[in-house]
Amino acid sequence: MRTKISSRLLAASSVLALGMTATACGGAKTGDTASSESCLDTSGDTVKIGFLNSLSGTMAISETTVFKSLSMAAEEINADGGVLGKKLEIVSEDGQSEPTVFAEKATKLIQDDCVAAVFGGWTSSSRKAMLPVFEGNDSLLFYPVQYEGLESSDNIFYTGATTNQQIIPALDFLKQEKKIESIFLVGSDYVFPRTANKIIKQYAAANGIEVLGEEYQPLGSTDFGTVVDKVKAAGADAVFNTLNGDSNVAFFKEYKGKGLTADAMPVLSVSIAEEEVPGVGVGNLEGQYTAWNYYQTIDSETNKEFVTDFKAANGAKAVTSDPMEAAYTSLHLWKGMVEKADSFEVADVVDAADGVTYDAPEGTVEVDGENHHLAKTALIGQVNGEGLIDTVWSSEKPIEPDPFLKSYDWWKN
Amino acid sequence: MKTSKIKHSSPYAGWLLLAIALLVLAPAVLSDFRLGLLAKYCCYAIAAVGIGLAWGRGGMLVLGQGLYFGLGAYAMAMHLKLADAGPGGVPDFMALYGDAAVPWWWEPLRSGAVAVVVILVLPVIVAGLLGLAVFKRRIKGAYFAILSQALAAAFAILLIGQVKTTGGANGLNNFQGFFGYALFDPANKRMLYFVAAGILLVSILAMAWLHRSRFGELLVAVRDGEERVRFLGTDPANVKLAAYVVAAVLASVGGALFVPIAGIVSPDDVGVVASIGLLAGVALGGRASLLGPAVGALLVGYAETSLSEAFPGSWSYFQGALFVLVILLLPGGLAQLVGMAKRTVAHRERPALEEAAAR
Repeated sequence: MRTKISSRLLAASSVLALGMTATACGGAKTGDTASSESCLDTSGDTVKIGFLNSLSGTMAISETTVFKSLSMAAEEINADGGVLGKKLEIVSEDGQSEPTVFAEKATKLIQDDCVAAVFGGWTSSSRKAMLPVFEGNDSLLFYPVQYEGLESSDNIFYTGATTNQQIIPALDFLKQEKKIESIFLVGSDYVFPRTANKIIKQYAAANGIEVLGEEYQPLGSTDFGTVVDKVKAAGADAVFNTLNGDSNVAFFKEYKGKGLTADAMPVLSVSIAEEEVPGVGVGNLEGQYTAWNYYQTIDSETNKEFVTDFKAANGAKAVTSDPMEAAYTSLHLWKGMVEKADSFEVADVVDAADGVTYDAPEGTVEVDGENHHLAKTALIGQVNGEGLIDTVWSSEKPIEPDPFLKSYDWWKN
Repeated sequence: MKTSKIKHSSPYAGWLLLAIALLVLAPAVLSDFRLGLLAKYCCYAIAAVGIGLAWGRGGMLVLGQGLYFGLGAYAMAMHLKLADAGPGGVPDFMALYGDAAVPWWWEPLRSGAVAVVVILVLPVIVAGLLGLAVFKRRIKGAYFAILSQALAAAFAILLIGQVKTTGGANGLNNFQGFFGYALFDPANKRMLYFVAAGILLVSILAMAWLHRSRFGELLVAVRDGEERVRFLGTDPANVKLAAYVVAAVLASVGGALFVPIAGIVSPDDVGVVASIGLLAGVALGGRASLLGPAVGALLVGYAETSLSEAFPGSWSYFQGALFVLVILLLPGGLAQLVGMAKRTVAHRERPALEEAAAR
C-alpha cells in the first residue's frame, strides 16, 4: 500500500514538474546574455539608497555600528543639500547574519525599492552571496570591510582594505620592527582567515620566517584551551590572529591565563577594532597589536569632528572603528562619483569613479577605477589602557590597492 | 451524517482553495520578486508537509530536517555549479579556495539525471539507515529529537569545515542555469515557481491519501499507543521508519528546488536554526492536520519577510511574540481555529434547523 502510494506521488509530481518545465520553453537558455533595466526613478526631489546590515544574528553587534555611521553620513549629506539636489531616502534591511538573507534583501532593494546604490555587508559570505545579485541586476554595492582580496567586481566598490593594505603591512611591521623569525597562525574557520593565512605562509616562505603552526576553530567557538597550549608549546616570536567575533574573548582570556604576554609573544589581530576591545576585555588585550587603516585616536581635524559627531548621535561611550569609518566614507565617495558623473545611472557612476577622492577621517582616500578599491594608508596599532588603539607604525603614504597581489612576485594563487 | 460529510470534503475544499491561490491568484497579482519569495516559501512548505507526517501524525519530533533539506540542496547546487563550469570544467570557487581540481565525489553530479536520483535516493538511504538504527532500538521522545538535531548541527559544521569542496560558510551560489534554462530570465523564474507550487500541491494530495490509508491509521495508532500496536502484532519501528523516510525525501526535494529559486545555499540554511524554522511553520499551522503544515510554513515565511521589512531592527521580537501567542492560545495551531469556527457554525446552524423543522 505504502509503496504504491509513494510511487504514485513520484509519478504525479514528476509529470507535473516536467509539464511545467516544458511550458518554460519561451524562456532564455543558458548562454544567452542577461539584460536588466534599473527601475530607479530620479524624477522626484528624493533618491532612494539601501542600507543592508545584519541587525539581528551573530554579526548584529558589529554591523549595527556600520548602520549607525551610514545613517550619520546620510544625515550630513541631507543637511548639506543632498546629492545633485536630491535628498537621500534610506531603505534599511536586515541581513540577519545569513548569506541567503543578504541575497534576498539585496534583490528586494534593487527590484522592489529601485535604490540607486546599496551600502553594507560585512562577512565574506555576505559579500559573496550579494555579488551575483548586483552583477545580475547591474546595480551598485559599497562594501565597507577589510577582506581577503582576490576579487574585483564592476558592480562593487570595496572601501575597506584589501590584503596588501592590511595583512602584508602587518607582516612587514612584524619582520622589520619586531624582528620575528617565526610565527603561529590562529584563525576562525572560514574564507577570510584561510585566504589570509595562505598569503602569510607564502610571505613567510619568501622572507625566511618559519610558520610554527596553523590552527582553525569554527566561528563562534569558545574552546581555546588546546589551541593556546599548542601556541605556547610552539614558542613562536609572534601570533597572527584572524579570529572573528566571540572567539577572541575566549582566546585572549586563555592566552593571558596561560601566562603569555604581549611583550614575550605579541599577538597581531586583524579583526579586533575599538568596538570589540571592551567585549574581549581591555585587561586581556592591553599591549597587543592590531592592523587597520583607521583608529579613533587619529589626530586630525576631520577625525575629531567625525568622533564628536558620532558620540553626539550615539552617546558618549560610543567608539569609532575602521569598518564604521570605511562605511561613512563609502557614502561620501558615492556622492562624489554621482556628482562627478552628474547622473545616478550605474554605468555613469562607474565611469566617473576613477580618481574620486574624499577627505576621510583616516586621511584622503582615492578610488581606483580599475579594481574599484581605495588607496589607503596602513596603520599598526597597539591597544592602550583605555581600550583605544594608538598608532605605533604607519606606511606613511597611501598604498595603491592590489587585490590580486600582482605586484608581489612571491605570490602564487 | 451531515457533519461527517463536511469533515470529509473540507480537506479537498481547502486544497482547492490553496491550489487556486497558488496557481492562479498569486502569479496574477505578485511581482516577479514577490513570486520568487513565495516560491521559496513553497520549498519550505514541501519540507513542512513531510514534518507534518512524521511529527503531527507519527509523533516523532524531527528537529533536524535541515539535514535532508541540505542533502537535496547541496546535491542540486553541486550539479548546477558543475553544469555552469561546462564539460570537464572546475567550479569557480574551487579555483579560488581549493587546488582547482574537482573531487571524485562531485564528479557523478555532472549529470542532471544522477543529480535527480541522488536528491530522491540519498535521503532514503540516510533516513533509512538512521531510522533502522534508532527505531528498532526503540529510541524515542526527547532522545530522538536531540539526535536528529545533533545530526543537522554536525552536517552544517562539516560543510563549514570543507571550504575547498563545499564553499564553507559561503555556501554555493552564483548559478547561471537550471537544466539548460538561464536563471536570470524572469520567465524561467516564474516556471520554477510553478514547479515548486505544483510539487507542494501534489505532495499535500499524497498526504491526504496517506492519512486515509492503512499505513496512515497505523501511524496515528503508533503515535498514540506504540506498545498497543506492538501487542497487536505490528512492528511500530517499520511504520515510523516509513514516515521518517517520506519526510526526509520531501525535505530533500524542497531543498533541491530551493537552490535555483533562492540562488544560493549555505550552511545557515541547513543547520539547527533552519531546522527549527521548518518546524515552526508546522507548529503554527497545526501539525496533525492535512493543510496546516504547508499553510503554516507559507505564513511563517511571509510573516518573517514582511516583519523584517517593516521593522528591520526589531522584527525578531515580533516573530517571537507571535509564536508565544500561538503556543499559548492555539496549541493545535491555526488548524484549531478552523475547527473552532466550524463548531461555532454547526452550533448556530442546528438551532436554526430545529426551529425551521418546528415550523
